[in-house]
Amino acid sequence: MADKILKKLNIKVWRQNSASEKGRFETYPIENISTGASFLEMMDILNEELINEGKDPVAFDHDCREGICGTCSLYINGRPHGPDTEVTTCQLHMRKFKDGQTITIEPWRAAAFPVIKDLVVERSAFDKILQAGGFVSVNTGGVPDGNAIPVSYDDAEESMDAAACIGCGACVAACKNSSAMLFVSAKVSHLAKLPQGKVEAKRRARSMIAKMDELGFGGCTNTGACEVECPKSISISNIARLNREYLVARFSE
Amino acid sequence: MSNFLFASIGKKFIMSISGIFLFLFISVHLTVNLLLIFDDSGELFNLGAHFMATNLIIKIVEPILGLGFVVHILWSLVLSYQNFMARPIGYLTKSRSVSSTWASRNMLILGSLVLVFLVIHIINFFWDIKFNPGKLNTVYINGGEIEDTYTLVASLFKASVIYDILYIIGGILLGIHLSHGFWSSFQTLGLNNRNWMKRLQRISYIYAVIIATGFAIIPLYFLIKF
Repeated sequence: MADKILKKLNIKVWRQNSASEKGRFETYPIENISTGASFLEMMDILNEELINEGKDPVAFDHDCREGICGTCSLYINGRPHGPDTEVTTCQLHMRKFKDGQTITIEPWRAAAFPVIKDLVVERSAFDKILQAGGFVSVNTGGVPDGNAIPVSYDDAEESMDAAACIGCGACVAACKNSSAMLFVSAKVSHLAKLPQGKVEAKRRARSMIAKMDELGFGGCTNTGACEVECPKSISISNIARLNREYLVARFSE
Repeated sequence: MSNFLFASIGKKFIMSISGIFLFLFISVHLTVNLLLIFDDSGELFNLGAHFMATNLIIKIVEPILGLGFVVHILWSLVLSYQNFMARPIGYLTKSRSVSSTWASRNMLILGSLVLVFLVIHIINFFWDIKFNPGKLNTVYINGGEIEDTYTLVASLFKASVIYDILYIIGGILLGIHLSHGFWSSFQTLGLNNRNWMKRLQRISYIYAVIIATGFAIIPLYFLIKF
């Protein structure tokens, strides 16, 4: 069965020429979009039309288009990655929208994520947090035999669940405080749950939190919005672990 | 230590510890208050209030309690300001109810309303009991003369429907504030994991319902009975 066609949509999108210039919303009508199209394909069609009309296309981030790279962003109709759960914007389909609807697209909003152009924001703040401690610097030796380092099933699972974080920034975008706690907690947890990462767990939590504060992210007020909007459903129980690691680190000094 | 108190988790730690301290206070407060509705002669409540006023532990804890309120309020303002600054440009459209509860997003508003209630409450009772004891009558119970706190409280609730409603609303607002605050304080201390997440949230709701109905039922009792 062929996909249905959305005859007309109004795309209300944030336009901003550069980081220093002021932005504004502009609305573009778009016609005949298949419900089988992905959201980014719809954006591609819109941009092609804009180019044909001699206008500047809408800049937006995208890369793998299969939900694993974390590059695509977009705050669509009041939700990061739009009206679907556990998906990135590239995995969002137009069947989630109705004919005639106005779709509002905004960039991630956070002091630590300044807009570069239109819908593209600078997310290197996440890289800086990782550079502050999201690594294992102890010598782990050569490749050990399988099962030579005992890791319990539960620890391995929790570690892998946290490692699923793709660093897209939806947690920051969803949080009313623009807090990066879910991201930091995922990065701290996936290492803290494994023997190689445990060694530096305290120092890691301390330096990553210090960097997060320095970059201007807000604090966590446990609303849980990040977990719901996270395309990988990273649990806020990781935030409890981060708090624990951090507090233990501070009080053991 | 100073950077700890102003780091994001440090500030939240202060909010959490002061919050847990206030839970303890509010639980004791409710327990004593409930004596109001179990004895219409007021003897039970007067004895309870007298015990609280003269008990050494309570006397020591009282100034700490005041400090607990001040710290909880001041730190919440600092936190809210910094969280506000973390997003200089807001969103045009928001669908926040999809991903979080209203209470969790509006703790500052709820807390402010509870504070307004608290000020009225202090003017109504605490001020007179503490600093203006001449205003209170005395009663003789078991041969001893003690302040008639019951009459002070009961007469307000019997005389004024507006105050009854105000106190009912106050109790409910406090309950909504605690429904998020209770489990949140444990989460902030790191005393949570994926097994306890749902349990803590459920305990939080139960605690909030007990506190809200407990405080609301007292003025309701006077409203209906007298």
